[in-house]
Amino acid sequence: MRSHVAGSDTTSAADSEQTAIILDSVDRFLERHVRPYAQKLEHDDIYPEEIVGHMKELGLFGAIIAQEYGGLGLSASVYAKIVERIATVWMSLTGIFNSHLIMASAVQRFGTAEQKQRFLPRFATGEIRGGLALTEPDCGTDLQAVRTLAKKGTDGNYTINGTKTWISNGIYGQCFALLVKTDPAANPRHKGMSLFLAEKRDGFRVSRKLEKLGYKGIDSAELIFEDYKIDADCLIGGVEGRGLQHALGGLELGRINVASRGVGVAQAALDEAVSYSQIRHTFGKPICEHQAIQLKLGDMVTRVHASRLLVQYAAEAYDAGRRCDMEAGMAKLFATEAAMENAAESMRIHGGYGYSKEFIVERLYRDAPLLVIGEGTNEMQRMIIARQVLERSKSGKKA
Amino acid sequence: MKVLVAVKRVVDYNVKVRVKADGTGVDLANVKMSMNPFDEIGVEEAVRLKEAGKATEVIVVSIGPAQAQETLRTALAMGADRGILIKTDAEVQPLAVAKLLKAVCDAEQPGLVITGKQAIDDDSNQTGQMLAALWGRPQATFANKLFIEGDKAKVVREIDGGLQTVEIDLPAVLTTDLRLNEPRYASLPNIMKAKKKPIDEKTPESLGVDIASRLKVLKVAEPPKRVAGVKVPDVATLVQKLKTEAGVI
Repeated sequence: MRSHVAGSDTTSAADSEQTAIILDSVDRFLERHVRPYAQKLEHDDIYPEEIVGHMKELGLFGAIIAQEYGGLGLSASVYAKIVERIATVWMSLTGIFNSHLIMASAVQRFGTAEQKQRFLPRFATGEIRGGLALTEPDCGTDLQAVRTLAKKGTDGNYTINGTKTWISNGIYGQCFALLVKTDPAANPRHKGMSLFLAEKRDGFRVSRKLEKLGYKGIDSAELIFEDYKIDADCLIGGVEGRGLQHALGGLELGRINVASRGVGVAQAALDEAVSYSQIRHTFGKPICEHQAIQLKLGDMVTRVHASRLLVQYAAEAYDAGRRCDMEAGMAKLFATEAAMENAAESMRIHGGYGYSKEFIVERLYRDAPLLVIGEGTNEMQRMIIARQVLERSKSGKKA
Repeated sequence: MKVLVAVKRVVDYNVKVRVKADGTGVDLANVKMSMNPFDEIGVEEAVRLKEAGKATEVIVVSIGPAQAQETLRTALAMGADRGILIKTDAEVQPLAVAKLLKAVCDAEQPGLVITGKQAIDDDSNQTGQMLAALWGRPQATFANKLFIEGDKAKVVREIDGGLQTVEIDLPAVLTTDLRLNEPRYASLPNIMKAKKKPIDEKTPESLGVDIASRLKVLKVAEPPKRVAGVKVPDVATLVQKLKTEAGVI
């Protein structure tokens, strides 16, 4: 199916065999360790410590870290499929390893040789876990407005002060890729920005856990840095002024990941609807035999498949090393809107039960909005897509 | 001690199979295939023996089409050391499987052979027993627990009405029952490592085994559809119906 839609299929038989075995293991992990516990943990907003242990054993924390550093070195295409599977059962779990891996990929892509040796092997096993610390109380999408400040001392090391918020893995993670200003007066502003690898110790504390509508279980937190001392060798790449570029460098993969979560949530909403509509009867027949329900199911399954193909299209472009901000943006936009629509439709198909906490649909309905907002709002995606299509048309390329 | 485990590629246990319209078999087009669950229990037991220092090498063998390699690869990812694929597109019935396994036993000289008690596609429950007979070695079927003690094995078997413990001389054949263990799923790093483990390809001809079918399938049919039950108003009617309609009393 993939090869027809997405152009050349370069994966060899051995790779597709391996992918099948990987996805099979992921499914078993989900059935054995996640599905029976997800609903309770989610409703109580409890960090899934045991599941995270099993995620470490499974090797998820090293999924896209290169094999030479002890990771699996998986392609974005395979990674996207793993994320989708997991999001179908419990979306929150994907945040635990994804923001960790985006941090790792910043080190892998932009770090010094010494930083790669020092951090990546421990990131790959999950011994050190963490995430990205970009967002601040007053800035998210407009990252150049960050105010956290790193001041260089006479010894060449830095002192950091500031607040970060909405940081995934903030409480249980130990290390964060921290975006700061090293020169607040720089013009353009991004030339004064730098990305550090900040490990928890004195001067770095968690002020509070954030309460959310959905995306529960995972620890989203506010982090406070007060005269936090950090050595110059923790500056990713070793040179000031490249922080924004390093932070944005992970966004294409981040968007492919969030798009995959969208496919997973949309698929879960569809699965629940398909199964419930065959059990529930009205007017003497299962509701799936009524046209009103069939019209919904028809749209829902189409949205799931279209989303999945857009994600694979973007992931293949990423794997081929092509520019894919537009492709990743389209996948993120379409798949996450599909998650919203399918969750809402699935709830309507379930009627009153869909509104009840005894069924899974209400969780999907609460989880979906995160996806249209997080990792660049869908409004932002539309602008990125439009700018790219205009850009490509000027250079005579078809979008 | 080498342990040899036979693994079969079968329709995944979650799939609802459909009988082909002409009644010659079940439709396998676009159907998910997996390792026979009882064979998975066999691989797990062998890997545990190796981890406990009782086995030196775990060899997995599969008989079937080229795609059976994926089944072997899964077993290698679970911890088996190497694989043997006996490649054939023909239908291979239990006696032929037992003969092929006997040929592998002659070449490899394993101390223990583990097979599933049955494969979930044809439910034959014959291969392990036939292999023991052809090989001239003891068998312990429907294993619930296994203890290796020197050149003997103590096996707790699941039998009608309870459990039976037997002691057998090694080399021997063991067939697994459901409760022997809970098989692990392979970790992703082990799946990557399994790619480099060797799989040796053979054919029935190269092993000198005649695999021609001795049994003929006449017809495959779906089980009869369940019809809706009825509610009875009282015990008297129930007894009445059990006597007249169900004919059980």
